[in-house]
Amino acid sequence: MSLTHIRAEARAGWMMTAPALTAIGLFFVLPALASLLLSFTDFDIYALANLNNLRFIGLDNYQRLVTNPLFWQAMGNTMWFVLFGVPMVVIASLAAALLINAKTLRWRGAWRVALFAPFVTTLVATAVVWNYLLHTRYGLINYALGLIGVAPVDWLGNPSTALPAILLFVAWKSFGYNMIIFLAALQAVPRDLEDAARVDGANAWMRFRHVTLPAIAPTVLLVAILTVAGMFQLFAEPYVMTQGGPARSTVTVLYFMFEEGFKWWNLGSGAAVAFILFLCILVVTLIQLKVARRVGAI
Amino acid sequence: MIRRYALTGFAALVALLVLMPIIWMVSVSFMAPGEAATFPPPLFPSDPTLENYRTLFSSYGIGRYLINSMVVSSLATLLALLFVVPAGYAFAKLRFSGRDAVFQALVAAMVVPGQIGMLPLFLELKAMGLVNSYAGALVPWLAGIFGIFLVRQFTLSIPTELLEAARIDGASEGLILRKIVLPALKPVLITLALFIFLGSWNDFMWPLIILADQDLYTLPVALAALSREHVQDNELMMAGSVVTVLPVLVLFLVLQRHYLDGLLAGSVKG
Repeated sequence: MSLTHIRAEARAGWMMTAPALTAIGLFFVLPALASLLLSFTDFDIYALANLNNLRFIGLDNYQRLVTNPLFWQAMGNTMWFVLFGVPMVVIASLAAALLINAKTLRWRGAWRVALFAPFVTTLVATAVVWNYLLHTRYGLINYALGLIGVAPVDWLGNPSTALPAILLFVAWKSFGYNMIIFLAALQAVPRDLEDAARVDGANAWMRFRHVTLPAIAPTVLLVAILTVAGMFQLFAEPYVMTQGGPARSTVTVLYFMFEEGFKWWNLGSGAAVAFILFLCILVVTLIQLKVARRVGAI
Repeated sequence: MIRRYALTGFAALVALLVLMPIIWMVSVSFMAPGEAATFPPPLFPSDPTLENYRTLFSSYGIGRYLINSMVVSSLATLLALLFVVPAGYAFAKLRFSGRDAVFQALVAAMVVPGQIGMLPLFLELKAMGLVNSYAGALVPWLAGIFGIFLVRQFTLSIPTELLEAARIDGASEGLILRKIVLPALKPVLITLALFIFLGSWNDFMWPLIILADQDLYTLPVALAALSREHVQDNELMMAGSVVTVLPVLVLFLVLQRHYLDGLLAGSVKG
């Protein structure tokens, strides 16, 4: 290959990547870095009007946040979603995948699409639907519970049931995605391995525990990491279903950031929230990787 | 034999339960105003009517939001493909200095959620005069690292000898991209287009932040605003939800194989 050819190829390489790299630099990397800088300033509505009002205040935003009980409440709610939501979504999606993957199941493709469908629906629209499903008097959920003798629950109006109700919706909306990932992993597990265990007299649970689960362990980890990131980024669900209420019991960290930034125009403080959120995701993901390494999943 | 049917029956039951909210949404949208607010909650309209849809289009201008969503999602898809596809190809097949380092940096950057930079991005677009415009709503879709990753992944399987042969015949890099690479990438391009279209259609937080003018609202933003004013109008809101969900649901059902295959190709990156 001649030198001109090599030069032409290199030039084409840069020309084809330049538009995307410029966009990523301008609209992704720059804002992410600026977020850190912004979090060290008191950027507020006055600075928005006139940049002369902007001051560097070091770690003051962070200091104010850690002494703000409303911030801790939002952190607590988000951690609640991570703590309960991640196992719930992982177990639900794995169970769905095992069902779809069962050898004797007919019309597999149809069930796969049906269980996946909620994931592609518009979140805001289905959140509105669930609002009515969870209605105290006319909702289908309370009606169904009434049939087995449970008294009507004011799901979204009560601080102690609003989070679980939203989590139920989140799990319904997102388990299909993870189910597809699990299905691919399950299909890669050799059938003869399971058959051998069956011949040796292992029951269904033992086969799952000792044959299937070790084989798909890296996928469980992948799904858990993806779900953690998802749970940390809940925003539209409380925004549409409860507007953070009742009594701020469903305000998530991202919702708190949205309020700081675009309701009160405390952009400096909002950026600090964003950065704390990022650190949380990073730390939890690293812990997961470490645990996975210890138990030999990867 | 009986076990076989029992399992399939169980799967059908689970599927029905999962689809219940969607079925119910469609059913209630055809009920007369106030019909769903009775006990026990009716599952099917006693006298199906299109009144809710008529009200939505005539009194609440949902047609406008439908068009806005169509425009924003179509443009997002088109522009994202235009930015992402040549880059994905170049990272896979063209040799230039710094290529691998840049690509590794991009992959590492994928762990950073987009929300981190939302506030500065808002200020940046404000300075550029793009707040409260379609352009502002489109901007994040131009910076899609995942798309570059997906295209690169698939381009790697195109034999390099094929490209070399075209080069020796004197074809320019642009011509090679159009005549050889794009046809070979067709399945993944459909997948990627579908991802971006659905993603931008369903997106809520960013359009909520960047679009202030009601005339510019996309469907999810308009629906969220409408649902705050019409908490009691169950049937009307269900019709609004149907209008919002139906286009993407149909698109998914028609192209589901492309969607699910692409999802797997993207998720095995770890």
